[in-house]
Amino acid sequence: MRLTGARALVKSLEDEGVEVIFGIPGGVMLPVFDALYESRMRKVLTRHEQGAAHAADGYARVTGRVGVCMSTSGPGATNLVTGIANAYMDSVPMVAISGQVATNLIGTDAFQEADTTGITLPIAKHNYLVKDPADIPDVVQEAFYIAHTGRPGPVVIDLPVDVSRAELEYRRREHPVLRGYKPTVKGHKKQIRMAARAILESRSPVIYAGGGVITAGAEGELKKLAAGNKIFVAHTLMGKGAFPESHRLSLGMLGMHGTRCANYAICETDLIVAVGARFDDRITGKLSEFAPKARVIHIDIDPAEISKNVRAHIPIVGDCRQVLKELNAAIRELKDEVQSPDRREWDSLVMDWKEKYPLTYEKGPGLKPQYVVEKIHEITGGNAIICTEVGQNQMWAAQFYPMEKPRRFVSSGGLGTMGFGFPASIGAQLGRPGDLVFDIAGDGSFQMTMQELATAVLEGAPVKVAILNNGYLGMVRQWQQLFYNRTYSCSCLEREQESPDFVALAEAFGAKGIRVTDPDLVEAAIVEAIETDCPVLIDFRVEPEENVYPMVAPGAPLYDMIGDMLYPVEKIHPEKAEEPFL
Amino acid sequence: MKHTLSVLVENKPGVLARVAELFARRGFNIESLAVGTTEKPDISRMTIVVDVEEHSLEQVRKQLHKLINVIEITDLDPETSVAREMVMAKIKVDAGNRSEVIEIADIFRGNIIDVSSESIIVEVTGNAPKLRAFEDLLKPYGIRELVRTGKVALPRGK
Repeated sequence: MRLTGARALVKSLEDEGVEVIFGIPGGVMLPVFDALYESRMRKVLTRHEQGAAHAADGYARVTGRVGVCMSTSGPGATNLVTGIANAYMDSVPMVAISGQVATNLIGTDAFQEADTTGITLPIAKHNYLVKDPADIPDVVQEAFYIAHTGRPGPVVIDLPVDVSRAELEYRRREHPVLRGYKPTVKGHKKQIRMAARAILESRSPVIYAGGGVITAGAEGELKKLAAGNKIFVAHTLMGKGAFPESHRLSLGMLGMHGTRCANYAICETDLIVAVGARFDDRITGKLSEFAPKARVIHIDIDPAEISKNVRAHIPIVGDCRQVLKELNAAIRELKDEVQSPDRREWDSLVMDWKEKYPLTYEKGPGLKPQYVVEKIHEITGGNAIICTEVGQNQMWAAQFYPMEKPRRFVSSGGLGTMGFGFPASIGAQLGRPGDLVFDIAGDGSFQMTMQELATAVLEGAPVKVAILNNGYLGMVRQWQQLFYNRTYSCSCLEREQESPDFVALAEAFGAKGIRVTDPDLVEAAIVEAIETDCPVLIDFRVEPEENVYPMVAPGAPLYDMIGDMLYPVEKIHPEKAEEPFL
Repeated sequence: MKHTLSVLVENKPGVLARVAELFARRGFNIESLAVGTTEKPDISRMTIVVDVEEHSLEQVRKQLHKLINVIEITDLDPETSVAREMVMAKIKVDAGNRSEVIEIADIFRGNIIDVSSESIIVEVTGNAPKLRAFEDLLKPYGIRELVRTGKVALPRGK
């Protein structure tokens, strides 16, 4: 079949089962958008390419499918960059397609030329500059395969305009041919047995669950492992939803703004079972004092994550679901053979922390941001998809909106991209049209991508934006208060006058705007937003100087949490773990 | 500690950039890097010498493996591999000392590949200590310009 490059691209995308494309056309992408016009794939025109990338990202996170975004060359492509980097840091499957100037102009600083493959080299899982139109079907197939297998990530396809105009004979391979790419899916049998034994022999084990659990769909096996062996579970921001937070064994989130019980448990545990997590600095705090008594089982599909920051005593490379399944089986087999120590002391110690140090905040006076999140949780029955921006709003959402199920909490973890949540919520809504989608936002973050209100309104994505408006870049202000002597340098978003008027702004875009200043009206506003069919923005005027607590100061060890309570000195087995047995 | 990595990569545009960028980004120093095609035209071999601790070497290998175009990585053990490097040195000479320099080049089984009234260019192949010794001996005469290829290596036997 003879096709132009552009038509071959569109056909390849259709063959991959793509349903939605987020993007903006431009000069060199005209052949592609012309070919897209007739396609049954949904085209979502965003108002900035960053919005397109984040929307594709949000779509991918809630559906588990590959998100697709498109831009023209030069500025279009560079605008995608933040979104690509964001997807890379959080291991989100995405294919980003950018236009490029004609091949004979590449390298001449032509109009709207940028070295897209060069720029995205360190922030994408892989990228392609297509120079031969005949390569298009293979490149698209490989890109999707690479994006969603192994440790997922974004793949960039840079397509020069003459390549999309040229003709080729379309043929599709059955499987992509990638000699240097073979992700290890199955875990090493001996290692798994060793891990099973370590778990059975542990007196005080803790599971540290990351986003990899959700990516692999391993939540069922994780629950079996935890519940079957009475192991407490702490999760990362990305791992929110990997384990039901209402479960007795859930310790909530660990790390910088984690719960005290999760962090204390990590300090005292003799065995960390890390599943699909990467020991990020926001999790470990001061690395040299992280989990000093613990041996570490590290299960991850990316071998490069193992022993990168924290040495793993029992590394297992593989798909989390497969490995956990085999681990559960190995534990069953070994159960009668291994004498497990009494864990009652550990259990009561951790449960005691959990009861003594719940996440809490000072109620009133004024409108508290935590209260708003709690109310959203209550009214939605914990069943909404929650997208967040970055900063205080994100941490409050993580702390006060417990999740029971995976793929319902969408947040920029690794890159910490302000402006991510709102476009991501549009993508999430289009991916899950039947679900209620909230973007818990800050006034600072929301202003970074708020032009996507037009996209939400015109595409019929009835997302609910709850701005926890404190008039500050809140997390910056919090750090300035705590570590920079309250010098609020460039963190205040308001002067004598408030700007923007978010309600008027929403109305100007054709969305609904509601302002709430009184705690008593929070509930009514949320209910009204849910009952409204179009996008709704609620401007919650919250306490301006509320802080996120508890907190581990950057570079401090996990036990050193800021707040009014000291580290309890109970030590259940103060002796350090013996030297690793490997 | 120095390690010699022999890396087989797909012979595609931009692969060298990917490898170089990876080393730069992760903060690993490349001591030398030599790239060329192999017996298979679609595969190139990179010989990379890095000076890193054991733990970092593991990271280098794992990160390299993540590159889609990297097919195979071998950490070459000096005991079971052979390694060579070539140096070309332009030495300042005059009629009085030209023969001395040629004699030194002979001892190192070097070749004279260019001669002019004021200088000669000597080409020597060998391992790093040999090339260092060669350089040291020629220094007093005045090395005008010098170029090294970087190490290339292969495992012995089989």
